[in-house]
Amino acid sequence: MAQMTMIQAITNALQTELKNDENVLVFGEDVGQNGGVFRATEGLQEEFGEERVFDTPLAESGIIGLAVGMSTQGLRPVPEIQFFGFVYEAMDAVSGQAARMRYRSGGRWHAPITIRSPFGGGVHTPELHADSLEGLMAQQPGLKVVIPSNPYDAKGLLIQSIRDNDPVIFLEHMKLYRSFREEVPEEEYTVELGKANVKREGSDITFVTYGAMVHSALKAADELKEEGIEAEVIDLRTVAPIDIDTIIESVKKTNRAVVIQEAQKQAGVAANIVTEIQERAILHLEAPVLRVAAPDTVYPFSEAEEVWLPNHKDIVEKAKQSINF
Amino acid sequence: MSFNNPLEGIEEKFEMIQILDENGKIVNEDAMPDLSDEDLVELMRRMVYTRVLDQRSIALNRQGRLGFYAPTAGQEASQLGSHFAMEKEDFLLPAYRDVPQLIFHGLPLYQAFLFSRGHFHGNQMPEDMNALSPQIIIGAQITQAAGVALGFKRKGKANIALTYTGDGGASQGDFYEGMNFAGAYQAPAVFVVQNNQFAISVPVEKQSAAKTVAQKAAAVGIPGYLVDGMDVLAVYAVVKQARERAVNGEGPTLIETMTYRYGPHTMAGDDPTRYRTDDMDDEWEKKDPLVRFRKYLEGKGLWSEEKENEVIETAKEEIKAAIKKADQQEKQKVTDLISITYEELPSNLQEQMEEYKEKESK
Ligand SMILES: Cc1ncc(C[n+]2csc(CCOP(=O)(O)OP(=O)(O)O)c2C)c(N)n1
Repeated sequence: MAQMTMIQAITNALQTELKNDENVLVFGEDVGQNGGVFRATEGLQEEFGEERVFDTPLAESGIIGLAVGMSTQGLRPVPEIQFFGFVYEAMDAVSGQAARMRYRSGGRWHAPITIRSPFGGGVHTPELHADSLEGLMAQQPGLKVVIPSNPYDAKGLLIQSIRDNDPVIFLEHMKLYRSFREEVPEEEYTVELGKANVKREGSDITFVTYGAMVHSALKAADELKEEGIEAEVIDLRTVAPIDIDTIIESVKKTNRAVVIQEAQKQAGVAANIVTEIQERAILHLEAPVLRVAAPDTVYPFSEAEEVWLPNHKDIVEKAKQSINF
Repeated sequence: MSFNNPLEGIEEKFEMIQILDENGKIVNEDAMPDLSDEDLVELMRRMVYTRVLDQRSIALNRQGRLGFYAPTAGQEASQLGSHFAMEKEDFLLPAYRDVPQLIFHGLPLYQAFLFSRGHFHGNQMPEDMNALSPQIIIGAQITQAAGVALGFKRKGKANIALTYTGDGGASQGDFYEGMNFAGAYQAPAVFVVQNNQFAISVPVEKQSAAKTVAQKAAAVGIPGYLVDGMDVLAVYAVVKQARERAVNGEGPTLIETMTYRYGPHTMAGDDPTRYRTDDMDDEWEKKDPLVRFRKYLEGKGLWSEEKENEVIETAKEEIKAAIKKADQQEKQKVTDLISITYEELPSNLQEQMEEYKEKESK
C-alpha cells in the first residue's frame, strides 16, 4: 500500500494497464514527453515508448476518430481530452461514432475506448475547462460515464474502464487531483462499473451524489449529525449506468432523499435520479425528493465560481427542508 | 511509369519573407512597406509597451492579482505588426494570447485585466470596437472569421475579418473549414497563424507532415505566405497586402508568422524546460523583434534610450492605473450572469434570479 493522490492513482492505473496489455495505448495533446498538463501521464512515454504513449496533433475530433479507427485493429485506446469542455469539438466522434460502433455494426465492431478528461469547478480556469458535461454524455446510449471521487476508486475504476469492451467516458474532477491522499494498493484491482458505494450510513435522509460533491455531502452529513440528523451518503461512481438498486434500498430505509450535482439544474443526471426514485419508491417517501445543483447559466466566469458552485451549506439547507416538510 | 510527386519543390514556393534582418539591416528594399516615420515609431512604441505589459502581467499573476495569462514576449512583431495593418472598422477575432492586439484595437487595459481575472466585463468589448473576446476553444474563431468576412461582403463594407491561431490551431478541422469557406465565397478574411514552434509542449514538426503551415492554403486555393514573425516590417507588409487584396474582392489569405514565445505557455503551471532547450531559447532570442527594430530605428535617428524609457515609464503608470480601476470594478455576481444568459429570462431563470438576489443580499 502507498499513499497516493488521485492523479498518482490515475497514473498508476494507466501504467498497470499499459503493462498488462500491449494493445493499450495512451495518446492526446501533451501527454507524451510533457506527461500531460496535470502530469497524469508522467513518465509513461519514457517507460513504454512513443509507439504506445504519444502526442497527437491538436484536434479533438481527430483524437477520438483515431481511437475509433484503431479499436478496429484490436487496440485499446485511452485517449485524453485535455479539458472536458473541448469535447464539444469531438461530439460526433464520441456520441455519433464511438458510442454507436457496436449497435451500428450489429456487434461486428465495438469500441473499447476509455476517454479520460479533467473537468470540474473551483480551480479558476478559463472558459470551457470546468464545465460538468456528464449529463450530456449520460444521455448517449452506448457510452458509460465514470466519475471517481477518491484515489482508491480512481485506480480501480480506471483499470476496469480500460478493460471494458464499450466506450467509457472517465471524468476526473480537477479539484480532487491533489486535494488529499489515501491508501491505494500498488497491485492491480478493479472497481465494478455501475456499482455505487455507500460512503456513510445513516437512517434519516439519503444523499445521492458523485465526484467532488461527495465530499460536500459528507461535510453536510457531519454538520447534520450535530443536530441529530443521520444522513446516508451514496457515491454513484458511475452516472451511466446508474446503480438504482442501491439508491432505492437506501431511500426505503430513510424515506427522504436529496440528489446533488455540481452541474446546472436543467435536464441532467440529478433530474433523472429523482424520476427513478419517485417511479420506484413513491410510497416510501415522506417528502419530495429535492435537488442541489448549480443555477442554469453557462459555467461562470471564474471570479463568481465560489458563489455559483453548490456547496455543503446548500445541502444542509435542502436536507432540513426535506426533514421539515 | 511512375507519376511525379507534386509536392516536389514546394518549399521554394513558401520561402520565408524577411525585410529586416537580425542586425536591423534592410535586406529586401523592394518589399519595404509604405510607413511614415511616425508609423515606424508607433510600431516600436507598441512593441515596447507590450513587452512591459507582459513583464508586469507575469509579476501580477505571481502576486495573485491577475488570473489566466498567456505570455506574449517574443511574439510582439507577429502580433502588433499584423494588427497594425488593420483599420479601426476591421473585425478582430483573437485567441487567448492576442490580448495586445485587442488593446490596440480599443479594449481598455483595465478590461483586459478583468478578462484575466475571470470577470465578464473583461469580455464586454466597447460598442465602437469590432472584436470578439479572446477565444479559448482553439480553432472556433477561424470559421467565425469566414462568417464575419462574408457578412462584410454581403453588406458591401470595405473591411476585413482578421483572425489568429497558433501552429497547433492549424491542425484543427475548423482551420481548414474556415479557410475553405472564405475561399469558396472569396470573402475578405485574413488568417494569421503565429507559429511559435510549440503547442504547449508539442513541437510543430509533430503537428503535420507539411513542412510549413503556409502551404496549407494551396489545398483550399488561396494564397499562403510564410513570414519572418520576428520582423515587424515583413509581418506588416504581408498583412497589409492581404488586406488590400481582401477589400478589393480578391479573397482571403493565409499568413504564417515564424516566431517564438519566450515564456511558458500560460502561467498555470507550464514548465518549458520539459520540452525546450536553453540553446533553442538562445537561438530565438537572437532574433528578438525589439532588438532588431530598435537598431533599425536608431540608425534612422528615430529612436533613443531616452524615448524607450519614456515608453516604459508610461506603460508602467498606465498599468498601475488600470489595475486600480480593475480593483474598483464591482464584484461579479451570479445574478449578473443570470441576466446575460438570454435576452429574456425563461421561467427557470426568473425563479433562480429571485433565489440568488436573496442569497446575495445576505
Ligand atoms: C479545442 C481546444 N483544445 C485544446 C485546448 C488546450 N490548449 C490551449 S492552448 C493549446 C496549445 C495551442 O498551441 P498553438 O495553437 O500553437 O498556440 P499557442 O498557444 O502556441 O499560441 C492547447 C492544446 C484548447 N484551449 N482548445
